[in-house]
Amino acid sequence: MENEHLIDLIHVSKDFDGVKVLDDISLYIRKKEFVTLLGPSGCGKTTTLRIIGGFETPSEGQLLFEGRDIVSLPPYKRRVNTVFQKYALFPHLNVHDNIAFGLKIKKTPKAEIDRRVEQMLELVGLKGYGKRRVEALSGGQQQRVAIARSLVNEPEVLLLDEPLGALDLKLRKEMQLELKSMQQRLGITFLYVTHDQEEALTMSDTIVVMRDGKILQIGDPKHIYDEPANAFVADFIGESNILSGTMIRDELVAFAGSEFPCVDFGFGSNAPVDVVVRPEDITLVGEDVGQLTGTIRSVIFKGVHYEMMIDTGSYVFKVHSTTMQPQGSRVGLSIVPFNIHIMQPMNAPRNEKEAQDSAV
Amino acid sequence: MQFNSSMPWWSYLLMGAGLLAFIALVAQSIWRHRGVHRSLFASPYTLWMIVFTVLPVVLIAYYAFTDSAGGFTLDNFRAFWDSNHLMREQLRSAAGDEVAATVVRGSVNIDTLVYSLWMAFLCTAICLLLGYPAALFMADRQMKLGATIVVLFIIPMWMNFLLRTIAWMSLLEDTGLINQLLEAMGLGKRQLLYNQGAVLLGMIYNFLPFMVFPIYTSLSKLDPRLSEAAADLGCNSWRTLYKVIMPLSIPGVISGITMVFMPSVTTFFIPRVLGGGHTQMFGDLIEAKFLTEGNWNVGSALSLVMMLLILISLSILRKADPNGEGGGIA
Repeated sequence: MENEHLIDLIHVSKDFDGVKVLDDISLYIRKKEFVTLLGPSGCGKTTTLRIIGGFETPSEGQLLFEGRDIVSLPPYKRRVNTVFQKYALFPHLNVHDNIAFGLKIKKTPKAEIDRRVEQMLELVGLKGYGKRRVEALSGGQQQRVAIARSLVNEPEVLLLDEPLGALDLKLRKEMQLELKSMQQRLGITFLYVTHDQEEALTMSDTIVVMRDGKILQIGDPKHIYDEPANAFVADFIGESNILSGTMIRDELVAFAGSEFPCVDFGFGSNAPVDVVVRPEDITLVGEDVGQLTGTIRSVIFKGVHYEMMIDTGSYVFKVHSTTMQPQGSRVGLSIVPFNIHIMQPMNAPRNEKEAQDSAV
Repeated sequence: MQFNSSMPWWSYLLMGAGLLAFIALVAQSIWRHRGVHRSLFASPYTLWMIVFTVLPVVLIAYYAFTDSAGGFTLDNFRAFWDSNHLMREQLRSAAGDEVAATVVRGSVNIDTLVYSLWMAFLCTAICLLLGYPAALFMADRQMKLGATIVVLFIIPMWMNFLLRTIAWMSLLEDTGLINQLLEAMGLGKRQLLYNQGAVLLGMIYNFLPFMVFPIYTSLSKLDPRLSEAAADLGCNSWRTLYKVIMPLSIPGVISGITMVFMPSVTTFFIPRVLGGGHTQMFGDLIEAKFLTEGNWNVGSALSLVMMLLILISLSILRKADPNGEGGGIA
């Protein structure tokens, strides 16, 4: 049962007045899974969520729920509930009545409504807030009411559309952990939409990276961070140095004017590639022993580490290190083969100079 | 007593005092802020208010509580609930108590007021029944027609109110368009003009936009996500309408009710043109007291009674919309 697909999107596309917002999306969600749709604004992640919620109809493709096509099913007949971006709490109802709304519509007996609402208030840490006006609550509290209002209906899937977007950093981190533990305790499938890569990495079982209405990569957080499918994913998930390089032969790549041993193979010889190196994977060594040498242009203290911009002449590398080197000093850079990520170039060359290079 | 024919002598004093107070206010503002402060820009409006709103109300109150000689009296109000009172008093002094006692007690004024309130109530209720669905339709983002309907509602308002009402006269009269149509269809002519129905029609026609627009405004301000949330939680469209959309549009409804009910109670032109004098409303009565009978004192008293009624109904409505979210005058 664990691996059973709960929701399948099969070749789903969506046009808005001729503009393609979703372009042939295929994706499945398993029971009890925490899936995050991650991408910059306008990538189609919210549209995907709204299609599953029933607020948009796909222009093409199928949406299956437990194997049955539900495209024509109106939202009120779907066994999913949505936590809206700005909560969309009912301003004319108090906290209790907001949470009880779905149960009242289903004609649940009053005693049971009261019992389940109380239970929910306790779960989201708002015991005793039932009689308050929703407008008198803080953003974080409104957020909890919105979650309680959905969860009380015991949906198969909870859809969350950037639910933490309006909260400050500290509260957001708290709520991330709380949401994750809630999901594990209740055993409900979560489909979560965010543009915050850290949020996605913290909470998800599976991350779906999207851009321009397409899915770029699906995988668990560690896989996506360590093995980004292309330069965009690498750039979007965490910080990266992204360079154009040439695969000289298997396990040897040239970039930034030097040759580096790496672990990748199968790209052919003298093939143009994208090279991604995480800032924390570059080691600072003595000038004479580095694979590259450069001058430190700037040093910023970031708390856990220093962020240094190091100019090697052909590229300015971003380097994270716990030891500081003074600005202006010459250093050597060293990268172990395992930390050099080679990928197929995603787009046309990024600037004219590179265009000439690859034309040669 | 040469002032009495138009305005009492002290009204000139009052006007002078008002002007002086205004000048003092402006001077104080300049002095306190040592230059032109933003509040100074309100002074033309303040002057306007003093001359054309405050003074007339003061004068109406004065006339309501005085007799034709300028002495204090409550007889004008007595004339409201006993309209033959003055005639009876005149008879008493001319022919004695016995003759005076034959004059009937009772009030045509109260009957007219009740009738006016009833007509205004009918007009408001029908406007609400017609206006709410219209506003709902106009505010629906998925209806491309909505914007067109808004324009269709606005266009007649560009035309003068009197012209619009007179236009109805030519539509409804015996040889009018509608009767011609009825005849052509073999249904025969009908008396459409000069009855209660015609007056009601004219009122609804003229006041309907005042119901539609406040409701439209409050509906289009609603977050569309609220309807989606209702659907998400199990509401079909009807339930969404009466569980979420209707409760949240109450401010607009209250504003609409106020804006239709008030002019409906006080209207005097519509019943005169379309009712042909067969149906008198309270506005007609007041107008007649002032312009036909020349009895400013009783006219003022009747006006005050109506103002009081409107104030009471406004304060009741305000209770239902404490934040004034409807954006109307309530």
